[in-house]
Amino acid sequence: MKIVIASGKGGTGKTTLAVNLAAALGNQAQLLDCDVEEPNAHLFLPLVQGQNETITALVPEVDLERCNFCGACGQLCQFSAIVPLEQTVLIFPEMCHSCGGCYLVCEPGALRERSRELGVIDSGLSQEGVYCVYGRLRVGEAMAPPLIREVKARMDHSRTVIIDAPPGTSCPVIAAMKGADYVVLVTEPTPFGFHDLKLAVETVRTMKLPMGVLINRSDIGTAEVKNYCAQEAIPVLLSLPYSRPVAAAYSRGQLLVKAIPGFKEQMLALFEQISGRRQGS
Amino acid sequence: MKTIAVSATEKSLDSPVDLRFGRAKYFVIVDPETMDWEALDNTPNINAAHGAGIQAARLVAENRVKTVLTGNCGPNAFETLQAAGIQVATNVNSTVRQAIERFKRGEISFAQSSNVKKHWG
Repeated sequence: MKIVIASGKGGTGKTTLAVNLAAALGNQAQLLDCDVEEPNAHLFLPLVQGQNETITALVPEVDLERCNFCGACGQLCQFSAIVPLEQTVLIFPEMCHSCGGCYLVCEPGALRERSRELGVIDSGLSQEGVYCVYGRLRVGEAMAPPLIREVKARMDHSRTVIIDAPPGTSCPVIAAMKGADYVVLVTEPTPFGFHDLKLAVETVRTMKLPMGVLINRSDIGTAEVKNYCAQEAIPVLLSLPYSRPVAAAYSRGQLLVKAIPGFKEQMLALFEQISGRRQGS
Repeated sequence: MKTIAVSATEKSLDSPVDLRFGRAKYFVIVDPETMDWEALDNTPNINAAHGAGIQAARLVAENRVKTVLTGNCGPNAFETLQAAGIQVATNVNSTVRQAIERFKRGEISFAQSSNVKKHWG
């Protein structure tokens, strides 16, 4: 089963939930950090053994000697990544989505593929026995989805896969959520949390995925989130009130399933609930 | 020859200069000798998710202009215009007609680089 932990608003507790849910499940779980622009699952579940890979994407390179300036590549490209002009051809690698179309339409064969670094992926085992795949986007790289897809390509389907998604509702989030069996939206009962939760719910509905909500710091703010979930028939899987010991353990980089008595049981109960809901739906 | 393109908010010589190059509504292209002009429609680019500046630069390059007068021009648009051999003046803030007249009097200086960052407008 593939469970995506997402949210509209950032800082609601996605990573905290993802790492603790994975740690509670232990070696039955695989954790994918798909928040490649700001990965931090590794702070809570550092790898004790593993490997490191550089991930690249193919972008075109032009041989002006061969180019006949027909303009076909520029007409095909929907992203303005290749711009044929009268006497030269400009390439903007950061706009390229690596579809490969320009090579196909280039009759004189003036385009070659060259690889461009997207980022790195660390994978291996954490001390708790969790299989982890951590993506990290190259600083300066603008496009996260290709790297996110590479992280997901390393998914182990025999395990319970926990995916830590980026915040928001844009392309990287869609890339992380695609193909999920269940989405947990982590929110907080504040005006910002509520506003962004509604956007996230719309996104998950558009993708036709089953979902539930976890309300973090549930004793602050207003009842808007709770009322909205009831009205929209979205199950509230768990409400976690603010807890100083939790905040203290988190700030030290500790796993809550280890530092907070009863937390592991809460995570396992949450997992059972998700499994049950998924079978029931 | 209509050799000058000015980003414009309306299809007119008396239109204000559109301060955005890539997402300008129109380019009024003008023959500075005769003041003959026509408007190029750039509206398909206004809502482009990305690459608006590059596409706008292609549009004016295809119309064989030599000079662009505009408000702000980002790095990708600037690079494309330069590669097409088009000189660019930024921070032009008047009507199209006034901009052309200043250009004819040699009062316009040309940019050596983009004056705003990516995704400025």
